[in-house]
Amino acid sequence: MSGTKNGKKLRITVDHNLDETVIKKIAVDAEVAGKDAKGKIDFAGLRAGGFIKQRQKDKFTVRLNCPGGRMTIEKLKTVAKAAEKFGDKFVHFSVRQSLEIPTVDYHDFNELTDMLGSVEQKIASCGPRVRVPTACGGCEYNPNGIVDTQSMAQTITDMFFGRRTPHKFKISLSACPHDCIHSTGTDLGLQGAIFPKWDVEKCTGCTICSSACTEDAIESDKKTGQPIFDASQCIYCDDCVRACPTMAWEAEERGYMVRVGGHGGRHPAFGTAVANFLSDDETLKVIDGTITWYQQKGESHGRIRLGNLLLKEGMMASYMEMLKATIGDAKLEKNPALPRLIVTNPKGEKKNGK
Amino acid sequence: MENEPDLKADLFIDISDEVCPMSFVKTKLALDKIESGQVLELICQAGDSVKNISIQLKDEGHLIKGVKRESEDIFRIKILKDGL
Repeated sequence: MSGTKNGKKLRITVDHNLDETVIKKIAVDAEVAGKDAKGKIDFAGLRAGGFIKQRQKDKFTVRLNCPGGRMTIEKLKTVAKAAEKFGDKFVHFSVRQSLEIPTVDYHDFNELTDMLGSVEQKIASCGPRVRVPTACGGCEYNPNGIVDTQSMAQTITDMFFGRRTPHKFKISLSACPHDCIHSTGTDLGLQGAIFPKWDVEKCTGCTICSSACTEDAIESDKKTGQPIFDASQCIYCDDCVRACPTMAWEAEERGYMVRVGGHGGRHPAFGTAVANFLSDDETLKVIDGTITWYQQKGESHGRIRLGNLLLKEGMMASYMEMLKATIGDAKLEKNPALPRLIVTNPKGEKKNGK
Repeated sequence: MENEPDLKADLFIDISDEVCPMSFVKTKLALDKIESGQVLELICQAGDSVKNISIQLKDEGHLIKGVKRESEDIFRIKILKDGL
């Protein structure tokens, strides 16, 4: 407990769900709970959360901002020193790729953030806002990668991290349809995708493409060996393009597939694809538009995830209209399915559609 | 549908009993034994093996010059070292 400048008693907790305007009003002096805090606790700096109360008195887990799960060696060394000084004997890799320093006393927040700040290591977030995006290794060194998810994860963090939303808002990026990052189960999931085209002049009929295609999208003609392509079976993986020895297969389109409305939690849902082959620029516009739409449409629905909002009457159509106004309709799914809720209670379906 | 049927191989390996990653490791070891411009001929399984070998050889700058489908399950491939 502690007093504020206006004399009101306030319980000092880092409430990640507080509105930013409220947090800014709270000027908290250094003496917290009668102990010697080291400098003032900067609540404005904590507005994005990332300090998570533990079971233990006065102890917090400090979640670090690690877009795409990448951290430079330089940062890692400083984080190790900080964890040794302020945390317990271990760090924890969160399920969304953030390195967490558990068991930090909140009196040490300033010193810890200063130390991390010396290598520009920022704190992550929690609560109802845009979180740090997760991503696979991308195309830089992963042979399956179609798009550069790592640089995109950093760009998304720079542009959107911490924006307030009705509920938590998670973005994840997979560089190919293996979708190791589970973009299908994220509020906004991005996945690398290509659409292949075939050049008869370069084809030798070797049949490697049909052998490489695991989706039954390519068969080989029995006489010529040339491919017979069934686009309805293609999942845009790039295997035919990469395996073709003569470059007869090429990517006609390449970019991000966008899925929306997925989430984990007590009532998980699968997201639904709404656009394909978006450029980086188009993708960023879609993210921006989605967050703004979510803020506006979700306002009167309280704490609601994007997927549950999209399930409300007329909302999917409204969302698609917004996308059309944002990037045109050429790359949009014509009749996207709704996000699909997964029933988790063994006795049957939930009535409230949560 | 074999192309370059007259291309003579300098080294031959059969990796049809191998799966990833050994199929590619053995291919790499074989390529180490020949010079740039020489030809490695190999036999491998269809599906994942031929897909991954083809992708990885291209990534590393080798040219697949000849491909013969021996059967539904087996490919015979001729690789020109550093040919890309």
